[in-house]
Amino acid sequence: MGTDVEHAFDALREECRQALRRAEAEHPIRIQVGSATCEHAAGSQAVLDEFRKHIAASGRTDVSLHRTGCTGRCSREPIVGVFIPDQIPVKYQKVDRELVHRIFTSHVMNGVPVLDRVLDGPVERQFSHEILLCENARCSTEDKKDWGKVFEQALAKARVRAGDVTFVRVSCLGACRQAARGVFTHVLILPANIMYAVQTEEDVEEIVRVHIVDGQRVARLEVTDRPLTRRFFDLYGDVSFFSKQNRIALRNCGVVDPESIEEYVEHEGFAALTKALSNGNPDWVINEVTRSKLRGRGGGGFQTGVKWAHAVKAADKVRYIICNADEGDPGAFMDRSMLESDPFSVVEGMMLGAYAIGATRGFFYIRAEYPLAVRRIQMAIDTCRARGLLGERILGSDFAFDIEIRLGAGAFVCGEETALIHSIEGARGQPRIRPPFPTENGLWGKPTVINNVETFANVPVVINYGAEWFAKLGTENSGGTKVFALAGKVRHTGLVEVPMGSTLREVVFDIGGGVADGKQLKAIQTGGPAGGCIPAPWIDTPIDFDTLTKAGSIMGSGGMIVLDEDTCMVDIAKFFITFSQDESCGKCTPCREGTKRMLEILERITTGKGEPADIDKLERLAKLVKRSSLCGLGRAAPNPVLSTLEHYRDEYEAHVRDKRCPARQCVSLLHYEILPDQCTGCTACARKCPVACIAGERRQPHTIDQAKCIKCGACFAACKFGAIERR
Amino acid sequence: MVTLTIDDQEVRVPEGTTIMEAAESLGIFVPRLCYHPDLSLAGACRVCIVEVKGIDFFVASCSTPVRPGMVVQTNSPVIRQARRDIVELLLDNHPKDCQTCERDGHCELQNLAYAMGVRERLFEGERKRFPLEDSGRSVIRDAEKCILCGRCVRVCAEVQGVHNLSQQHRGFRTVVTPAHGATMDESACIQCGQCINVCPTAAFLERSDTEAVWEALADPKRHVVVQTAPSIRAAIGEGFGFAPGTPCTGKMITALRRLGFDRVFDTDLSADVTIVEEANELVRRIREHGPLPMLTSCSPGWISFMEKFYPQLIPHASTCKSPMSMMSTLAKTYYAEQAHIDPNDIFVVAVMPCAAKKFEAARPEHQMPNGRWYTDAVLTTRELIWMIQCYGIRFDSLPDGEFDAPLGIATGAGDIFGTTGGVMEATLRTAAELVTGEPAIALEFKQVRAVEGLREAMVTFGDLTLQVGVANGLTNAKTLLDMAVRGAKQFHVIEVMACPGGCIGGGGQPYPPQGVKVLDPDLLQKRASALYAIDGVKKLRRSHENPAVKELYEKFLGVPGGAKAHELLHTHYQARLPRGIL
Amino acid sequence: MNTCGTDNWAEVEARSKGALPPEVVDFIEQCQSDPQAASNLIAVLHMVQERLGYLGQEQLDAVAQLMHIPAAKVSGVATFYHYFRLRPCGRHIIRVCLGTACYVKGADRVAQRLKEELGIDFGETTTDGLFSLEASRCLGTCGLAPVIMVDEDVHGQVTLDQVPVILDRYIRNARE
Repeated sequence: MGTDVEHAFDALREECRQALRRAEAEHPIRIQVGSATCEHAAGSQAVLDEFRKHIAASGRTDVSLHRTGCTGRCSREPIVGVFIPDQIPVKYQKVDRELVHRIFTSHVMNGVPVLDRVLDGPVERQFSHEILLCENARCSTEDKKDWGKVFEQALAKARVRAGDVTFVRVSCLGACRQAARGVFTHVLILPANIMYAVQTEEDVEEIVRVHIVDGQRVARLEVTDRPLTRRFFDLYGDVSFFSKQNRIALRNCGVVDPESIEEYVEHEGFAALTKALSNGNPDWVINEVTRSKLRGRGGGGFQTGVKWAHAVKAADKVRYIICNADEGDPGAFMDRSMLESDPFSVVEGMMLGAYAIGATRGFFYIRAEYPLAVRRIQMAIDTCRARGLLGERILGSDFAFDIEIRLGAGAFVCGEETALIHSIEGARGQPRIRPPFPTENGLWGKPTVINNVETFANVPVVINYGAEWFAKLGTENSGGTKVFALAGKVRHTGLVEVPMGSTLREVVFDIGGGVADGKQLKAIQTGGPAGGCIPAPWIDTPIDFDTLTKAGSIMGSGGMIVLDEDTCMVDIAKFFITFSQDESCGKCTPCREGTKRMLEILERITTGKGEPADIDKLERLAKLVKRSSLCGLGRAAPNPVLSTLEHYRDEYEAHVRDKRCPARQCVSLLHYEILPDQCTGCTACARKCPVACIAGERRQPHTIDQAKCIKCGACFAACKFGAIERR
Repeated sequence: MVTLTIDDQEVRVPEGTTIMEAAESLGIFVPRLCYHPDLSLAGACRVCIVEVKGIDFFVASCSTPVRPGMVVQTNSPVIRQARRDIVELLLDNHPKDCQTCERDGHCELQNLAYAMGVRERLFEGERKRFPLEDSGRSVIRDAEKCILCGRCVRVCAEVQGVHNLSQQHRGFRTVVTPAHGATMDESACIQCGQCINVCPTAAFLERSDTEAVWEALADPKRHVVVQTAPSIRAAIGEGFGFAPGTPCTGKMITALRRLGFDRVFDTDLSADVTIVEEANELVRRIREHGPLPMLTSCSPGWISFMEKFYPQLIPHASTCKSPMSMMSTLAKTYYAEQAHIDPNDIFVVAVMPCAAKKFEAARPEHQMPNGRWYTDAVLTTRELIWMIQCYGIRFDSLPDGEFDAPLGIATGAGDIFGTTGGVMEATLRTAAELVTGEPAIALEFKQVRAVEGLREAMVTFGDLTLQVGVANGLTNAKTLLDMAVRGAKQFHVIEVMACPGGCIGGGGQPYPPQGVKVLDPDLLQKRASALYAIDGVKKLRRSHENPAVKELYEKFLGVPGGAKAHELLHTHYQARLPRGIL
Repeated sequence: MNTCGTDNWAEVEARSKGALPPEVVDFIEQCQSDPQAASNLIAVLHMVQERLGYLGQEQLDAVAQLMHIPAAKVSGVATFYHYFRLRPCGRHIIRVCLGTACYVKGADRVAQRLKEELGIDFGETTTDGLFSLEASRCLGTCGLAPVIMVDEDVHGQVTLDQVPVILDRYIRNARE
C-alpha cells in the first residue's frame, strides 16, 4: 500500500509543480501582497487593486500578482514583496497607493528598488549577495567556533567590498536535521538561494571565492535537500525581526499563497501525510509525536502524543478529532494568522492526528469573529476534497476522513475542551466536570481529541523532519518552538516564533526591539486572562511551560503583552478580572460570584475607595476561585490578581493607604497641578478645560480648582511648557 | 473494587463510586447543594469540594469517581473556609428576606449557611435584580432567590421531559427562565410544580391561594366546602412531625373542621365516580372500537403535557373530568340540591398534592353555566399545613374526624388514586365486573404499580385480555406514548401521572424533612404504602360498590355515561401553544 | 393510532417556516439527515443573524420547532453567546476591540469617545438607526492596536481625533 500512496502523492506533486513552473515561466516577476485580516485592516486590498491596475496599464505580461498570508510583522503592514529573478527579494513596508506607483515604475519596470521604503529601511543600497549564517545555539553541537568571524575574514581575504555583501546571523535555517557528522553550520546565500553545509574554514574560503567572487556554485558543499524554513529565509532572512526567529509553525506564513494548494505542496505539503500513510501504522505517528515532545500549544501544555495515545486506548472505535480555533485570549492572534496564511498545514496536521487516533470525522471550531479564517479553511477543505486528500481512500489508502467547520459565537470559555464540545453539540458552552476526559468521553460521548491550531501546524513538521530534530529544538520537556503574539508597549509588534527555552529578553528586546518610546520595561504579561505578569527583573527567564508557571504566570496560548512604567498593575489586574467576569459561563459558584466580588474590590481600590481589609479579601477570594472553580478557566481567572499581588503588592497598598496610583493611570486617584514657575500664562490649558476650572490672568501663572476638576487631562495634553503636573 | 483513604480511614468501594458516596459509606457527610441523587450530576455549586492528595485544586466529591490509592480529606481548615466562602458568595447574591420568605425553615441555603458557619458577610456587593414573575396560575418564579444550582432545569428536562427551563444569558447575569424569559403559563410549562419541589430556596413556589380561603372562611354568607385528595392524608402528617407514610385522615378532617370549613368531603369518593365513568368509557371504547388506547385524565400536569406536546393524542384521552373537578361539580349541583343551598353561595376549596390543579381549576371548561367556577380555590398540601399551623391547631393531638355525607364515603379503589397505578388498578377492579358480569376475584393488580416509573402489563378477565401501560413522570410517559404513537405496541389503556410516584410525589406535597430528598423512592414508597394500607383494610374496594356513589347515580346522575353524567362529569381538551418540543 | 384533527403540527410548521428566510429552512431540512442534527443549532443561528441582523423571538421559536430542539434551550444558547444579537441593530455595527493590547494602548478612551460621539452605550443603537456599538473581546489584530471594526472594515491605530472622521465617512455615505 505504501507505494500506492507514494505514487498518488508523486502524481499530485508533479501536477502542482508543473502548474507552478508554467506560471513562473509565464510571469517571472512576482509581486506578493499580504492578505490576512490585519493586512486588510492596514489597507492591503487597495494595494492589491492598485497593483492590478498598474500591471494592466503597463501591458506587461511577465509580472504576476500574488496574495500571501501574514508574516506577522503587524506594525509595518501592508507588506509587499517584489521578486525578480537573480535579484535579492525586496520587501516594502506600509505600502499605500502612492508607494505602489513608485514600486511599480521604479522597481518592477526598471529594476531599481525603492530603497527608502523597504521593510525596516531605509537602506542606502542593495547588496549583490546576502549571506545568512545559521546560528541556532541548540544544534551547533560542541563546536564553539565563531563562524561569523571566519566568514568576515574570508571576505576580507578575498577583497570583497564591504558594500557588496551583507552578512546576517539567523536563528535557524532548519537544515540541521540532516546534520551530517562533522557539519558545523549552514549558510544560505542570496539571491542564488543556495544552501551550503560548512565543515571547515577551507569550506568558507571556497564558498567566498567560488560563489561570491566568481559567481559559481560550490557543488560539493551544496545542500540539495529543502530544509523547512529555507524559503522563509530566502524571502525574509535579512530582516532582524525575522532572522532571530525560528519559523516552524509559521513556516509558510507570508511565504505561500494561502489559497494555492500547488504552493503548499511545493513547500513539502502533504509529504508528512504521505509518509504516515505509506508507513501504514498509526501507532508510528503517535510514537513520533510523543518522542518529539510536542506539547499542546493552546495553553494547557499537555503532551500531544500522550493525549492521542489515550484516545486510542478507548474501547469505542468511533472517534472524533477537533481543531480548537476559538482563539479567545484578548491579545493573541497567532491562530488566526496561521489559519489565514497557511490553512493547509493545519488541515494536514489534523489529518495526521485523525489517522493516528482512527478518527473519520473532524471539526474545526473557529470563532465567528474570524470570517477570513473561516473562508480560507473552508477553501482548504474543499480543495482537499477535490484532490482526493479528504474523503474516502485518501491518496489511494484505506484512510477515510472528512472535516466540517463549526462556528463559535463569542464565548471565551469555549476554549475549554468540554465547553467547546458542548458548543459543537449545539448547546450552551458550559464546561462539565472532568473526568471523564474527552479522550474517553467527548463529542457525543465518543473518544475525542482536541488540539489547538498551532499544535496541528507543527505535526507535519514532526513527521517530515523527525521527532529527534523537533525535540532538540526545544527544552528537555518541551520540543519545538512557540509562537507569541507580541503586543503592547513594544517597538515591533507582531508574531514571533522562537524555540522553547528562548528567554523573554530575546523576544522582547532582540526581536521586538525593546520598549516603545524609550520607556522602562515594567513587566511582561503572558497567558492572557489566565496568566500573570512577570516583572522586568525576570527578563532572562527562559520561556517554557514549566518556567513560566514557576514565575507565577503561564505560557497560555501565547499572548505576550509588554507593559511599561506607565502601566498600573492594579488596573491591569482589573482589566483581566473584568474580562474573566464577563466571560464566566455562570455555571459554578466561585467563578460566577467570586470574580464579581473580586472586580468590585478592584474597582474600589482603583477609585480610591479601598479599605485596608480589601487587599486581604481580594487575595482570599482569588485563592478560593483558583482552588474551587469547576473548570480550568475559572481556576486560572485569579492569576492576574495573584501574580500582581505577589510582585506589586506595594502598588495595591499605595492605592488603598495613600490613595495614590504610582503609575498615574487611575483617574480617580490623579490630580493635576500647575507649576507656577513653569507656567507662562499662555491660557492654552484654560481654553481647553471642558469645565472651566482653570483660572488666571494672561501671562500670569494659572491655577486649577481641584474641586471642579474632572481630571480629564485635557490641560495636561494642551500645555506646551510642561507646566502641568500629573500626580 | 477500589481501595482509597478518606479522612485517614481506608475504605473499599466498587469501581465507579463517587468520593461522596464512598465518604457516606464511612459515615462522613459531605455538605452539598446542587447535588440530587435522582438527577444528573452538575458539579456546579462546589459546596461538596474535598481535597485530594496530588491535585492542586479542590474536586467536587459528588461527581468525582474514586481511584485506587486516592487520599481524600473532606475536612480541614482550608476546605471549611472554602465551603463557607462559597456559601457566603451565594448568600451575598440572594435577598435578605429570610424571615418573610415562604421557605423560611425549609430552605437548604439557609440551613447550609448556618451549618457552614456564615456569621458575617465579607464580600457583599451588588445583588442581582429580577422582577417577580407571579402571573402563573400555578407556579411563580422569583429569580432573585435562584442560586443557579440547576436542579429545576434538570428535573424539568430529565424527569418530566418538558425542557421548559434553561439557564439564559451567562456569568453573573445568568437566570433560569423559560424561552425568552416568558411567563410560566405562556411557556411550555405544564404546571407540575416539580421545580418547586427540587428548588433548595424559594425561586419557585406555587401561587398562594390561602388568602382567598381565609376570606371565604370568615364570610358568614359563604358555605365553605373542602375536599381532600387521596394523597393528602398520606403526606400531611410530615408537616407536623409524623414519619413519612403515616396516614392522618382523621386528624386532617378534624383540623379542617376547626379551621371553619362547613363540610369536609372526600375526593376519594369522586375518584370512585371517576372510575365508574372511566371504566364505562373504556368498555364502550373496546366494544365500539373507539380510539384506543384510552389515556387517563386525572392528572392535570399530564393533560397540559398532552395538549402541548401530544395534541394528536387528544381523542384518546378519557373525557372524564378529574376527581377534583367532579367533586367540585357535584358539590355545586348534587349537594347544593340535596342541602337546598344556592350553588352561588357555596365556596369549594380543593386540597391537592398538586400545583397543576390550580391551573386546572381555572380552565374555562370547568366554569359553571353562569361563569363562576366549580372549584373556587385550590390549596396544596403545603398551604394547608401552613394554615393549620397559622391557626394554632395542635395537629398531633387532634381526635379523628370523619368525612361528611353525602360526599364522604369512598372505597379502597378511590383511596389508591393517589399513587401510581392506582387509577389503573381501580379501573380494572370495576371493568372486570363490567366485562364479565361478575365481581373481580382478584382485587390487587400489583403488576400495574409502577414504582420504578414505567410498567406494561397484560390483564385477563373472561375472554378479554387488556394490554395496559402505567407511567409516572412524563419522561416515562413519553416512552410509552411513543411506543403507542409508532404503533410498536397496541395498548388498551394507559395511565399517566405527571409526577414521579403519582400524586404522592406531587408538586404541592410537603417539603420532606431535613436529610430526605424529594423524589426519594423510599419516601414515595412510604407515602404509597399509607394509601395501600387504607385500601387494604376497607370492606369496599370496588368503586361501583360505593353506596354513596350508587345513591348519587340513583338520586341524581342516572346511569354511568348517561346524558347528565356526561354533561356534568366530562370535559374536552384542545391543542395549546406554544407547542412543546419532545 | 387515531390522530384526527387535533394535531396542530402542520400549522406550527407552516408558521415557523414563514418566520425564517427560505435558505435557512432549506439548511435546517438538510441538517435533519445528520445523525447529530441538533449540533447545527449555532450554525443556523448564525445564518439567521447574517440575514436578518438579529435573532428575534419569532425566529428562535421557529428554529426550535423546525429543529425539534426545546425553545428554552434555543433561547439559552442564543443568550449565552455574545456574538448573537437579540434586538435589531443599526445599519453599521461598530465593534471596539477591548483586548489587552488595545487596552494598554488606550482602547477604553477610544470607546469613551465613540460613546460620546454617538450618544449611546455598548449594546445600544443610535436613534437614527445608523450605528450600533458593541464591545469586542479581541479582534485578533493586536499589532494594530487600538482597533475598531465597522462592519467588516478594520480600522487600526485609531486616535481619539480619528473617531469623528471615521464616523463621518459612514454618515456621509448614508446621506448620499
